[in-house]
Amino acid sequence: MSVLIVTEQRGGQWHKMSWEAVAAGQQIAKLLEIEAFAAVVGSGVESLGGEVAKYKLTEVILCNHELLADYTPDGFSLALRQAIEHLKPEIVIFPHTYQVRDFAPKLAASFGKPFLSDVVGVTREDAALIFVRQLFQGKLNADVSVEGEAPFFVSVQSGAFRGDSAESASAPAAVRGIDVTLEASQIRTRPQKPFRESKGEVDLSSAPIIVSVGRGIKEAENIAMAEELARLLGGEIAASRPICDNGWLPLERQIGSSGQTVSPKLYLALGISGAIQHVVGMKGSRTVVAVNKDESAPIFEIADYGIVGDLFDVVPALVEALKESSGD
Amino acid sequence: MNIFVCLKQVPARDSLIRVNTAGDWIDDGDLSFEMNEPDAFALEEGLRLKEKHGGEVVAVTAGPARSASTIREALAKGADRGILIEDDRFAQSDALATAGALAAALSKEKHDLVLTGLQSDDAGFGQVGVILAELLGLPHGTIIMEVVAEGIMEVSAEGSSIRVKRELEAGWFQHVEMPLPALLTIQSGINKVRYATLIGIKKAKSKPLQRYTPQDLGVELASRQSIRRLYAPKSAKQTQFLEGSPKEAAAKLLEKLRFEARVL
Repeated sequence: MSVLIVTEQRGGQWHKMSWEAVAAGQQIAKLLEIEAFAAVVGSGVESLGGEVAKYKLTEVILCNHELLADYTPDGFSLALRQAIEHLKPEIVIFPHTYQVRDFAPKLAASFGKPFLSDVVGVTREDAALIFVRQLFQGKLNADVSVEGEAPFFVSVQSGAFRGDSAESASAPAAVRGIDVTLEASQIRTRPQKPFRESKGEVDLSSAPIIVSVGRGIKEAENIAMAEELARLLGGEIAASRPICDNGWLPLERQIGSSGQTVSPKLYLALGISGAIQHVVGMKGSRTVVAVNKDESAPIFEIADYGIVGDLFDVVPALVEALKESSGD
Repeated sequence: MNIFVCLKQVPARDSLIRVNTAGDWIDDGDLSFEMNEPDAFALEEGLRLKEKHGGEVVAVTAGPARSASTIREALAKGADRGILIEDDRFAQSDALATAGALAAALSKEKHDLVLTGLQSDDAGFGQVGVILAELLGLPHGTIIMEVVAEGIMEVSAEGSSIRVKRELEAGWFQHVEMPLPALLTIQSGINKVRYATLIGIKKAKSKPLQRYTPQDLGVELASRQSIRRLYAPKSAKQTQFLEGSPKEAAAKLLEKLRFEARVL
């Protein structure tokens, strides 16, 4: 009986959500009083295994193969399938990254098992584990249980578990490679070298104040109003995904799972409902202000200050008040 | 090219969603429903590929009877025919069960390309496309920003293939090539979705809609994820709501930010 934690790296660079998965996996192992293992997948990952071994784990398993140098959904699911058949874990834990979203459902389905994705919490009720998932864009939470036989496949949402709370080992865990059998013909997709599109000139992660706009802004022209507020506050303008998709602001100003992750001292969310994909990019902000017409918008759950109202009334009032006070 | 687009009908975006009295699902009696927004981008991509390369677009859904209106919307926008796998339990089924039913229907058809949205706005699994690829034995790509059309219909010695641009994290992208048939999950916002025209709506009425039940397809609809409780999330923070006229609320907010939170 064990928990298998699948870490993620690309070209020797760790995805930091790997440690959040380690923390979650250790917590689940404790709840069930079973052992925790971690897996590292790639090519030439021996030294990376050593870095994972500093965490409190029974063993670190290496899925090492030259065909795993570049990520492919076929290669990674076939390799992990072999690790799972070898270790026979009760639960397999992943960080809910883009890469995991690309292959974990396939891996779980190849075992005929469901995959509990984007989990934000876990508890134990009698013998069963209960996982918390967000539904309806974060409007409701669900306590979910999984039926049937192990293994269970689970991914944890960014920030739901703290990476720095992962327990270290007093002595490093053993690192062991397993034999991975892979043929080039089993890998059907041909990935090319990843590239960056925008120059990433705007680094919102260092901005102390961010004024962010969502669908509630309605029209491109209305963004000027939020920009003026940002300027008066000495902050940067940002947005949720739909605004950048419309081309109203450049993609590099997008906050959320597909954009930047920020933690300014002040984050003003204007007309942003608070869908999960946006919230994961800003929930670390020190003070959050939300302005939204809908009092049940999930953004208010993480707001320190809220104004239920029309942003087209509230923002001009804020601009006016700031102009008055700077005129003193 | 035969393109199948999988669609889901979900509660309308601005719905006020309430938990039912049993506390295990939503009270959907007076909700209005619409096409899952991420799926609308997949449908648009399918229609554009058809316009360039010919063939047909088939809109497919697994859902309660009400989902027929989402198929009709797709037909009005230009899909050639529809497939509805009808069962009330699809409203709550897990991704594996839904994908299993879709796979059973699609395996009866010749498909070159299967498209889905990124995820649904209700359950938000983000999995049906990838599982469907596994069940149909297709290669797949997720979070697709662009389907590079050049060479798409060129048949080489190994058969035809497709080139796509995937979104990775933190501003990174990647091109990936794969043989057809294949499955792609489309990133939201990559195209501008069209509206149905009056003529389109009229035409949709005479387009074929194939209805199945899970039994017709030999599928046992058994979800293995079950919701024990559904509830409003506990507020992570004690939110102070600032009331009054916009002017009063603005003044109160600035005072709080200056003297209480001390962030200005």
